[in-house]
Order: sequence, then structure tokens, then C-alpha cells
Amino acid sequence: MITGYALAAFYAPMDADQGFIQKIFYLHVPMAIVALCGFVFGGICAVMHLRTDDSKWDLRAYVAIHISIILGVGVLLTGAIWAKASWGHWWVWDEPTLVSFLIIFLLYATYTPLRFSIEDREKQARYASVFAITAGAFVPLNFIAVRSATSLVHPRTLSSTGNLPGDMALTFLVCTIGMIMLYVLLWQYEMAHKNTVAQLRSLKRKLAGDDGLRARRSAAPELQV
Amino acid sequence: MILASSALPDNAGYVAAAYLVFLALLLIYVGIMAFKLGRVERDVVELNQLADEERAEPARPAPAGEEATRV
Repeated sequence: MITGYALAAFYAPMDADQGFIQKIFYLHVPMAIVALCGFVFGGICAVMHLRTDDSKWDLRAYVAIHISIILGVGVLLTGAIWAKASWGHWWVWDEPTLVSFLIIFLLYATYTPLRFSIEDREKQARYASVFAITAGAFVPLNFIAVRSATSLVHPRTLSSTGNLPGDMALTFLVCTIGMIMLYVLLWQYEMAHKNTVAQLRSLKRKLAGDDGLRARRSAAPELQV
Repeated sequence: MILASSALPDNAGYVAAAYLVFLALLLIYVGIMAFKLGRVERDVVELNQLADEERAEPARPAPAGEEATRV
């Protein structure tokens, strides 16, 4: 990531149209791509959960969606800053790309409250998986629908016609790889934390019995260790 | 400082703000995870104490009735 942003600052040429503001592109677009792919990955993990009934897949889906939501907040904030700088408005409601991303983000923002609202752990995991699969399938469909719509101001990033110059494309690629690596790192970090907590709860149960554990309601999946 | 600010384009503030927002999000996430890690650490200490207590407990004496039947 550091290499990518060093390239963005010192190697990538200044955009002829937008000038220095275009440097936000190297942060905003990879973040959006990784966030959307993370949502789809969450959906794939949810499919695996329903197929295998293994709570580990539910946890993987939960963590994937959680990190994608965080990146989604970043996408919306950096996008708003970029919009203000280049269009003069923080948000443009007529633009399908912006509104569609907001819809996806708001859809996934209901994932955690949905989980929290269901007390029974098995039901919670199953319903959350169904939600993650449906919403995960919605992401590429939404992407296709938006691309087929006429864009007013937002440029098309992964377009076959609008090619980036070599220097910009290389920088963009490095930044995207960096963002993917960051996503994987955060996903593993949170997975390790959740697994450790599950192991600790199991150990506590063995040492102190069920009295040692406070019954608590949580949106996070409970791993059976 | 003055040299650097004069070399930067006019709208550099927006670019800096976008990158700072990203950095802030990352730091908040890492901060929350560090807080949770602290809780895990407290749990480990608690479990360690429980394990020590179990080891230090003397063997339970057999009930009186059981002793009498053995004889």
C-alpha cells in the first residue's frame, strides 16, 4: 500500500482534466472495488455455511461483511470529498453510481442489526446467511445495471474504452493490490480475534462451568469449539 | 513549511482530507480491536488464576459414611 501511494504521489502524472484532485482516485476506487468484492466474498462464505452448516463459514461471512462496511464508510466519505472538490457538491442524487453504492451500503448496514435482533443462535446464523447471499447476488447485478445506465458526471473506471495511461494504470494496479492485501490482513486479524474469544469461552466453560459465562446477546456468530 | 505550502496546488486540502479520513478509519478500527484485545488479555489472566486455584486446592476428604462402610 505504501508503495502504491508513493507511486500516486511521486510517479503518477497529474491528470490533465482534474489536476491534483485526481490523486483521490488511487484511494477511492480501489477501496470501492475491494469493499464490493468483500460483500460478494461474504455471500460466498454464506453459501458455504448453508451447505456445510459449519459455524466457521458464518463467522467468515460476518467478518468479511464487517470489514467491507468499514471500507464502505471510507468510500462514501472520500467520494464526498472528491465530489465537493471537482463538482462543487458533497453529493449528487442524480448520479446512479453514487446512489447505487449508497443503496448497497445501507442494505449491508442492516446486516448487523438483523443478526442482533435474532436471539436463537442457529436461526441467527441461517437468516444472516440467506441475507448475505441475497445481498451478495445484488452487488454484481447492481453493478451491471448501473453501467448500463447513462452516467451524468461520474466517470466509468473499469471501462474498455476509457483506458488509463500506463503510469496511472500501474499506480492504480499497485494501489488496488495494496488495498486487497489490507483487506485480507484485517480479515485475518479479526478472524484470529474471534477464534481466540471462542477458545477462551470454551476454556472458561471447562474451568468454571456454565456459571462462569454471562449469557449475552450478540450479533457476532458463536463458534462451537 | 511555507515552501511546501506554496508548492502544493490550491485544492491539495481535499486530497489530504480524503487520505486522512482513510487513515482515521484505520486507526479507529485498530483502536477498537486493541481495546477488545485488552479484554481477551483480562480473560486469560482470569483463567490462569482459576487454573492456579484448581491446582492449589487440596484433595477432597472422603465423606464419613463412606469411610465406615469401607471398614
